[in-house]
Amino acid sequence: MIEGILIGLSTALSLTNILMVMVGCFAGTIIGMLPGLGPMTAIALMIPITYGFDPSTGLILMAGVYYGAVFGGSTSSILLNAPGIPGTVATAFDGYPMAQQGKAGKALAIAAYSSFAGGTISAIFLLVAAPSLSKVSLAFRSPDYFALMILGLTAISAFSSKGQFLKAMMMVVLGLMLATVGQDSLSDITRFTFNNMNLTDGISFVLIVMATFAMSEALTIIFRGKDPNRAAKQISLTELGSIRVNKEETIKMAKTIPRSSILGFLIGVLPGAGATIASFLAYGMERNYVNEEEKQKFGKGSVHGLSAPETANNAACSGSFVPLLTLGIPGSGTTAVMLGALLGFGIQPGPRLYQTNPEIFWSVIMSMYIGMVVLLILNLPLIPYIARILAVPRNYLIPLILFFSVTGIYLMSFNNFDIFLMIGIAVVATFLRLYDFPMPPLILAFVLGGLMEETLRRSLLISDGSPNFLWDRPITLIILLITITIVGWQIFSTLRKKS
Amino acid sequence: MRISPTKFISLLFLVLSVFYLYTAYNIQVFAFDENAPFNARTFPIYLGWAGIILSSLKIILPEKVTTEVNHKHLDYKSIIYLIVISLIYAAVILKIGYFISTSLFLFASYYFLGERRWGLMFILSFPFVAAFMYLLHGLLNIYLRDPFLKYIGVMG
Repeated sequence: MIEGILIGLSTALSLTNILMVMVGCFAGTIIGMLPGLGPMTAIALMIPITYGFDPSTGLILMAGVYYGAVFGGSTSSILLNAPGIPGTVATAFDGYPMAQQGKAGKALAIAAYSSFAGGTISAIFLLVAAPSLSKVSLAFRSPDYFALMILGLTAISAFSSKGQFLKAMMMVVLGLMLATVGQDSLSDITRFTFNNMNLTDGISFVLIVMATFAMSEALTIIFRGKDPNRAAKQISLTELGSIRVNKEETIKMAKTIPRSSILGFLIGVLPGAGATIASFLAYGMERNYVNEEEKQKFGKGSVHGLSAPETANNAACSGSFVPLLTLGIPGSGTTAVMLGALLGFGIQPGPRLYQTNPEIFWSVIMSMYIGMVVLLILNLPLIPYIARILAVPRNYLIPLILFFSVTGIYLMSFNNFDIFLMIGIAVVATFLRLYDFPMPPLILAFVLGGLMEETLRRSLLISDGSPNFLWDRPITLIILLITITIVGWQIFSTLRKKS
Repeated sequence: MRISPTKFISLLFLVLSVFYLYTAYNIQVFAFDENAPFNARTFPIYLGWAGIILSSLKIILPEKVTTEVNHKHLDYKSIIYLIVISLIYAAVILKIGYFISTSLFLFASYYFLGERRWGLMFILSFPFVAAFMYLLHGLLNIYLRDPFLKYIGVMG
């Protein structure tokens, strides 16, 4: 392994590759910061450029973009409550309220330190435990995945709904319904397309994210423009406040980071789970760990509440490389795009990657750590300047958000049906948000919809249609029991409030 | 009897779920798949029932937390303007091309949101879109369909 690390270091520390990490992190931060544009879009944009490089350099650039975009997504989550990617949705729960209190600089610094710490710890995990951790994900079967996804959706409904669990669960079902539009993955039978050819391939994830977050956020800002309470809460982007973190906040972060890193990394290793589930579970876990006084601060600008999802989503980013590099199975949508790029280079990821292309395997792992350092050294001091991109007046910011949303969709399909669809979904989402129907559960459900149906299909086929698969395996049973506990806790909390 | 907006939305969701379930039952599956433990209908049927149960619960159960929205504080005029401009933008983007439609969309949006600094409005529409197009098309080599610019010979 030492030899591998040295090979990786020598490749990653070449001048070209260091430059690529820096360019990738910077470009990723800018792109990820723009609402609606996330790492998937950023990496996809980079693929044509990387074909001019050797595979290691290309992958290093994409890894840099990935981390930069995740960090950039956190910035727009905190400043605008408009997450660039689902993985940073949970960051907005406490980051945005903190920014509204005039502590935007501090919130961004906490996010940067947590991301760095989470990324560093998980990069070490990846380095040491990559081969053996792949066995953990191998132990998971379809019923376990199905149960894990149910748990993720229940957890997000419980923790993001401000006490309105049923509303959040309705959004989960709506997200899953939207995910079923288009061709069935196995039989190719078209469903819910109503003979419209534009819907045959389903609704794009980017479209849903742009509509329910970027565009809907822009419309909500305008819609509530006359609300005096709301107006008073608008963040002054020109006054981000200090980025210094005091001793008390550092202690809080120090408690949160180790447990969120471990959780994030382990969730990231599981194919399909990724940064989104990791960040929500970390947020939920942290809420249960802290004392009653701290618990009350959750959703109102808690340091724990901000640090936990930020640590976990970066840790999960590293974790998601484990199944990609060792099994050839992408751990998230973003690593799926990277898998496509690897195949384009003529490299088949899998257990043999160690032997056939050790320099690629180890240089990507090494460049992750270098990427973390670059993000901290380059981005943290530049936060006040980078954030100025978002510090434009409302009259300019709103049309620009709409412009980026529409352009993102137009670039994907070059048809106007998708733009009409996006506007329609954004208008509905704006009204739903007005009455506190949360959007994060809808997004997560939409992302997981296809995989959830696939795992349910396999589970039911294996058990010959019987629901026994839900309790046959201990892992499935344990995950389901945790889910039932969360639902039970929600019911208990409601009854307790009533009494 | 006054129905709260939340319950009204839940009622709409109930109607949507019933329609979804009806459509799910009518999905055409292959004959050999008809009695399989899982076919293209199975998951949507579960979802339809889940939607019906959840929305019914929301309608039936008393509301513990009510969401109050003061409609006097909502800026209906601006949002309607923005939506209409966006719809017009979507309708013309293929006909007049990306550059002109996007620039006009941005310019009109700034105007309807109350901006009157004409110089800045111009810079942040036409030259801004041109620079963005150059970044995508010229530097990143990402194809951007624009029949108008192609017609006047600016784009290849």
